Amino acid sequence: MMRSPMFGKLSGSEEILLPVKPSYITLTLLVALMINLLPLTGWLLGLRPDFVALVLLYWGIHQPRKIGFLPAWLLGLAMDVADGSLFGQHALAYSVMMFAAIALHRRVSMFDMRHQILHVLPILLIMQLIVLGVRAAAGGEFPGWWYFLTSITGALLWPVTDVLLKIRLRQRPDPDEA
Amino acid sequence: MEYTPPPFFKRGPSLLARLGFFALLSVILLYADARFHYMEAMRKVIAVVLYPLQELADTPGQAASRVANFFVSQSYLQRENDRLSHENFMQAGQLQSQQALIAENRHLRQLMELQERAEQTSTVAEILYVGRDPFGRKVIIDKGSSQDIEEGAAVVDDTGLIGQITRTFPWTSEVALISDREQVVPVQVVRNDLRAAVFGIGYDGALDLRFMPVNTDVENGDVLVTSGIDGVYPPGLPVAVVSNIERNAAYPFAKITCTPAAGANRNRQVLVMSRLAPLPDYPIAPESKKAGKTRKARKGG
Repeated sequence: MMRSPMFGKLSGSEEILLPVKPSYITLTLLVALMINLLPLTGWLLGLRPDFVALVLLYWGIHQPRKIGFLPAWLLGLAMDVADGSLFGQHALAYSVMMFAAIALHRRVSMFDMRHQILHVLPILLIMQLIVLGVRAAAGGEFPGWWYFLTSITGALLWPVTDVLLKIRLRQRPDPDEA
Repeated sequence: MEYTPPPFFKRGPSLLARLGFFALLSVILLYADARFHYMEAMRKVIAVVLYPLQELADTPGQAASRVANFFVSQSYLQRENDRLSHENFMQAGQLQSQQALIAENRHLRQLMELQERAEQTSTVAEILYVGRDPFGRKVIIDKGSSQDIEEGAAVVDDTGLIGQITRTFPWTSEVALISDREQVVPVQVVRNDLRAAVFGIGYDGALDLRFMPVNTDVENGDVLVTSGIDGVYPPGLPVAVVSNIERNAAYPFAKITCTPAAGANRNRQVLVMSRLAPLPDYPIAPESKKAGKTRKARKGG
C-alpha cells in the first residue's frame, strides 16, 4: 500500500464515545429486526438491505467483546422463520459474518469511511453467497443478479448506520450533575 | 507447580473454534429441515415469539391504508356501489339457476352411483405481506391454524386459483403461489377435457404447460381449470389462459405459455378453501411383491 492508513483520516477511533451498554446493543438489534420485518413489496423489497446483518456487523467490528456468535446465530434463526426460508441458512451466514467482523475488527476500524465500505461490501456479499450456496444445495435456482443488490445498498448504508448507532453514544454526561 | 496463564488472557475457545461450533449447528439444522422437515415445531415456537414484532412492523402500513380509506371520495364510493350492486344482480340470476343445477347434478350422480361432490367451506383471509425469501414466491395471510386453516388447502381470489397453504402458524399462514418454481397444478383444458400440469416459473404473469406433445390439441385462448385428480385442489377452479404456443418439431414437447387467471398482487382479500375429503386408497396390486413397492412409491409422491 502506498499510503499507510495510519496517516489517513481516522474515523471513529479518535472520538471519545460513551461505553456501550449491552441493553443498547439489544435494542438496536431488535429495531433492525423490526425494520427487516416491514411489509415491503416489489423493487423496495429487492433493494432493502439486511439491516440485522448491518447492525450485527457494526457491533462485531466496533464492540467485538460485547457481541458474539450466539446473538448472531439466534437472530439468524429468527430471520429464517420470519422469511420462511430454510431453517438455519441465515444462522450460518450470520455466524460466518460475525467471524469476519471479529477477525477484521482492528483492521476495518483503522480505515476511513470510504475504505470501510470496501471492507463491508465483500463481507455482505460472502454472506449472500453462503445463503445462495445453501439454497443451491437444497435444490433452489439462482433468482437473478438483482439478488446481490441488497449487499450493495447495505454497504452504501454503512456510513448512515455508523452515524445512527453513534448518536446515543455521543451524549456526554453533564459534569455539573452530581 | 503448574503454569497457568493470568486470567486476563483467558478468552475461551478460539474464534475459529466458535465459528466451527455455530456453523456445524446451523448445518445440522439445515439438513434436518431440508431433508426431513423436523424443524416445523421449532419454527412455530419462534413464529409466536416474532408475532408481536411483526404486528408492530405492519402497523404503519395498515394505519396508512386506513387513513387512505378514510379520505376516499364520495363519487368513487358511489361508482363502486353501483358497480357492485349491478354485479350482485347479475350473479343472483346465475346463482338461482345454479341451485337447480346442483340439485340436478346430485340427483344424476345418485342415479349413476357416482361419489358425491364434496361441499366445500371457505374462509376469507387478507394478505399481510409478500414473502421475503427471494428463492420462492410466497405470500403470508392473516389466518392460521387457530382459525382452522390446514396445510395443503387451496387459496383462490375472485378470478381463480392463487396457490396453496404450505405452512401454518397459530395466527398466520404461508401461501405458495402457483408461480412458485416448486408448484405444479394439475389442470384440464375446458374445451376438450385434455389433462395436463401447469408449472410455475418463478415470476408473476406467466406459467408453463409442460410435457405436451407438439401436435397436442391446445389453442391460444384455451381456459385451463384445475382437474382435481390430485386430491389437493378442488376441480373446476380457473387457473390460467393459454397465451402462446411454440410448436417446434425439433423438440419432443411444445412450449406452451399461459397467463394466470388470478394474481396475488391484484386484491388483498383471498378465500381459503377447506381441504377436500381424502381420496380413496390407491388400489394395491394383488401380487404381494408389488404391493410393497406401490405403497412405497405412493408415500414418496
